[in-house]
Amino acid sequence: MGTENTAITPKRESLFSKKNRKLLKDPLGDSNPITIQVLGICSALAITVQLQQAVIMSLSVLFVMIGGNVIVSLLRNLIPDRIRIIVQLVIIASLVIIVDEVLKAYQPDISEKLSVFVGLIITNCIIMGRLEAFALANKPGPSVFDAIGNAMGYAWVLLAVSIVREIFGSGAISLPGMGQVKFLPQDWFISSGGFYENNNLMILPPMALVVVGIIIWIQRSRNEALIED
Amino acid sequence: MEYFNIFVKGIFVENMIFAYFLGMCSYLAVSKTVKTANGLGLAVIFVLGITVPINYLLENYVLQEGALTWLDPDFATVDLSFLSFIMFIAVIASMVQLVEMIVEKFAPALYGALGIFLPLIAVNCSILGGALFMQERQYPSIGEATTFGLGSGVGWWLAIVAIAAIREKIRYSNVPAPLQGLGITYIITGLMGIAFMSFMGIEI
Repeated sequence: MGTENTAITPKRESLFSKKNRKLLKDPLGDSNPITIQVLGICSALAITVQLQQAVIMSLSVLFVMIGGNVIVSLLRNLIPDRIRIIVQLVIIASLVIIVDEVLKAYQPDISEKLSVFVGLIITNCIIMGRLEAFALANKPGPSVFDAIGNAMGYAWVLLAVSIVREIFGSGAISLPGMGQVKFLPQDWFISSGGFYENNNLMILPPMALVVVGIIIWIQRSRNEALIED
Repeated sequence: MEYFNIFVKGIFVENMIFAYFLGMCSYLAVSKTVKTANGLGLAVIFVLGITVPINYLLENYVLQEGALTWLDPDFATVDLSFLSFIMFIAVIASMVQLVEMIVEKFAPALYGALGIFLPLIAVNCSILGGALFMQERQYPSIGEATTFGLGSGVGWWLAIVAIAAIREKIRYSNVPAPLQGLGITYIITGLMGIAFMSFMGIEI
């Protein structure tokens, strides 16, 4: 991909160099934050009842991760080692406050549904984990790619779980700005003489765990190297 | 009676793990043996029991709209609630640090048991979650807020000790290879959650 770029400016690393692509790609699969590194599950599962909540949550996490990674990476030589956790928490908390205020202003319904879980992005271990493991030791450029990669790895699991839960639990799909679209014809349902019934178990919180468990099962049977002994 | 109701609700009905998935990261990471799970669980009860009342005072005397009237009646329109995230997390992080120092000084035996877990707890979602639920539910007095904190701590402890005990035993079972470890833990937690749902709607 970047051969032309590197030929013209050999000293500058191209935007899509192999290293950057790896930073973006790895968290989507083999080092996925949720299914492999077991980070950031806390706020992830409770909001996967509907797709629109999951989309908003993923975007919020993407914003906070990029912001946090860039700020910490810029300040990495100024932050004293002993108090770095508190400094990181304050940076993350400020970014989360911005997200929360924006959501309250522009998406009040969804903000209501997400309730405390926007605030809990602060203690989302993915963000702290990436700040500790990557941003503190790397330049802002690669940190942005790392943030995007990990936020995307988080997002696809969230979206997959919420799509499964919403289709089987409510027979619908919802997107922010569109509301909930019920795509099954009304006369299919038993209540109006049909044969189909929504699986209400899917709406209950425990099913999020089972769906993630199944995603892990599929992922690990496709890639045997990930199996734990 | 109200206190008992809040306590039992925190343990069973609104269990931090099974109903809200709070503190899942340490729940999954530190539940390999019952002994360490027990230590972390006790530390969570301890820290929730301390930080929830402190955050309650902060919320009611500093952050809420009109909370600052004890300083000056002119502050009745001041609303600092947008600062609550940053204040809560600062209180939690500094309290954890303080508790760690106090425990180390006065109860070395307890420090030996809890020591390594205390720093982990500052970023445990269940602690901040406890503070945010306290804010959302508007408990009428500090006693009730503290009871809520202790109750949800006990619920968390119960959950992590239970999953650790199951994980110790499941090592001897023939779980499909790709499900071993993390996968089966998720599914068992889901099944335990379904079991805990039977407590839903209990009013004492």
